[in-house]
Amino acid sequence: MAADISAAKAQHAPHAPSVRFEHLTKTYPGGSRRPATIAVEDVTLSIPAGSLTVLVGSSGSGKTTLLRTVNRMVTPTSGRVLIDDNDIAGLDAVKLRRTIGYVMQESGLLPHRKAIDNIATVPRLNGVKKAPAHERAYELMDLVGLDHQLAARYPAELSGGQQQRVGVARALAASPRLLLMDEPFGAVDPIVRADLQREVRRLQYQLGITILFVTHDIAEALTLGDKIVVLAQKGRIAQEGTGAELLTHPADDFVANFLGLDAGRGLHLMNSDGVQLVMDADERPIGRLSGPGR
Amino acid sequence: MNYFVEAFAWIADPAHRTGPDGIWTRLGQHLAYTLIATGAAALIGIPLGYWIGHTGRGKGLIVGATGAARALPTLGVLTLIALFTGVGVGAPLAALSVLALPSVLAGAYAGLEAIPAPTIDAARAQGMSEWQLLSRVEIPLGLPHLIGGLRSATLQVVATATLVAYVGGGGLGRFLFLGLKTQDYPQMLAASFLAVALAIAGEICFAVLARIAGRRHHALSNR
Ligand SMILES: Nc1ncnc2c1ncn2[C@@H]1O[C@H](COP(=O)(O)OP(=O)(O)OP(=O)(O)O)[C@@H](O)[C@H]1O
Ligand SMILES: [Mg+2]
Repeated sequence: MAADISAAKAQHAPHAPSVRFEHLTKTYPGGSRRPATIAVEDVTLSIPAGSLTVLVGSSGSGKTTLLRTVNRMVTPTSGRVLIDDNDIAGLDAVKLRRTIGYVMQESGLLPHRKAIDNIATVPRLNGVKKAPAHERAYELMDLVGLDHQLAARYPAELSGGQQQRVGVARALAASPRLLLMDEPFGAVDPIVRADLQREVRRLQYQLGITILFVTHDIAEALTLGDKIVVLAQKGRIAQEGTGAELLTHPADDFVANFLGLDAGRGLHLMNSDGVQLVMDADERPIGRLSGPGR
Repeated sequence: MNYFVEAFAWIADPAHRTGPDGIWTRLGQHLAYTLIATGAAALIGIPLGYWIGHTGRGKGLIVGATGAARALPTLGVLTLIALFTGVGVGAPLAALSVLALPSVLAGAYAGLEAIPAPTIDAARAQGMSEWQLLSRVEIPLGLPHLIGGLRSATLQVVATATLVAYVGGGGLGRFLFLGLKTQDYPQMLAASFLAVALAIAGEICFAVLARIAGRRHHALSNR
């Protein structure tokens, strides 16, 4: 079984790109009444190829801004973004976006298109005929666990969790090697959320792609991330490392506080049957730590 | 009451039906004016409204146009244009087009403006070019508003096209002015009936159109 998966992985994964932010600054211009906002300031950060890297930070810390510079939905004020050592400023923005999957908080589906057509959006933009694009869309519905019966529904006729799955399927339809996810599961209940998180882990493993995942939920970050980047205000990197590194050696009070280590939340690790569990102060497991040994 | 009966009798009289000054001719002229004027307004108003809605530039034009339209005395515009172009169909058509333009412009613009920003953002982030965004997302989603704009424009034009006869252009207004001159009230009333009938027919057409567009959008209204 394991051999099967890694064979599939090798087959599906010709190459997953790395992403690098270099001295990235983004200032949103102010208006006549409001001042300009420095959203991120001088951020330098590397996202390893094939990793699931999580950007975590409180609201307004610049996570979305940082993420959106990667598909050029946000243009940096200064600094640059490299995908595999290529400065993306030199690429065609429209073509670039078609090679990068993007999942947003509010699913952002097209309300006038059926689920199946939403999923097929990018292949259709790339000129794939309707029939093969739909065939591919059905494959993706299987991949993200959506019943084929839902194919003909409009987004408004789907539950929040189903919409998110359609959003994930759409982002994957053109087989991107890089996937950006911006708090994709914020709007769904904890059970569906856990389910979708498992799904993301599995997809990342199965497809062997690079995922850059944004959340403000530290538990989600610990559950998902190979690498976790804790952002303070204006995208300042408070600490980066594996979940275990953060929990065992928080860089400063800010990180410790963010992890809930000193706030009475008392998160800590426990080794159970070779699985690293994240426990809260009441010794209840709230998550399972992922890492290279998975 | 008597006038009503006489008006219907006037319409029913076969002698009033055909010929160069008959009901069919005048009705046809009226319809042609309406279609041409609304069509011209659409030709200018739709692309302009889409451009403003898509780029967000020139929004002041929408406010100005709709405001001006409400204040504009149609008869005045008609006379003014007729003064410049002389008597004929050119002046009334131009005046009616000017009258129809704001509604069409506002409808096209409002359709795009009403689309939630995240939907547009998402479409762009998937890799749609600006043109694809307009043609595959904004235009289809804005269709109900556009139909609404065309509908009020048409209605306005149908009602106002009676004034075309004032500058000698024919149409159903011809019966009105003729009736006024000869104090033939049944004929005037008959002309109004015919104009109302035309307006109702237009309404029905647009109701059907809106329904067809709405069916594709039924899922949207659930939200
Ligand atoms: N389009 C914009 N115009 C002006 N300011 C903006 C814009 N987008 C974001 N900002 C500002 O930039 C800062 C960073 O915003 P950003 O959306 O990147 O934060 P975030 O970490 O994603 O927050 P959240 O967790 O709430 O989504 C905030 O102060 C925000 O108000
Ligand atoms: Mg955000």
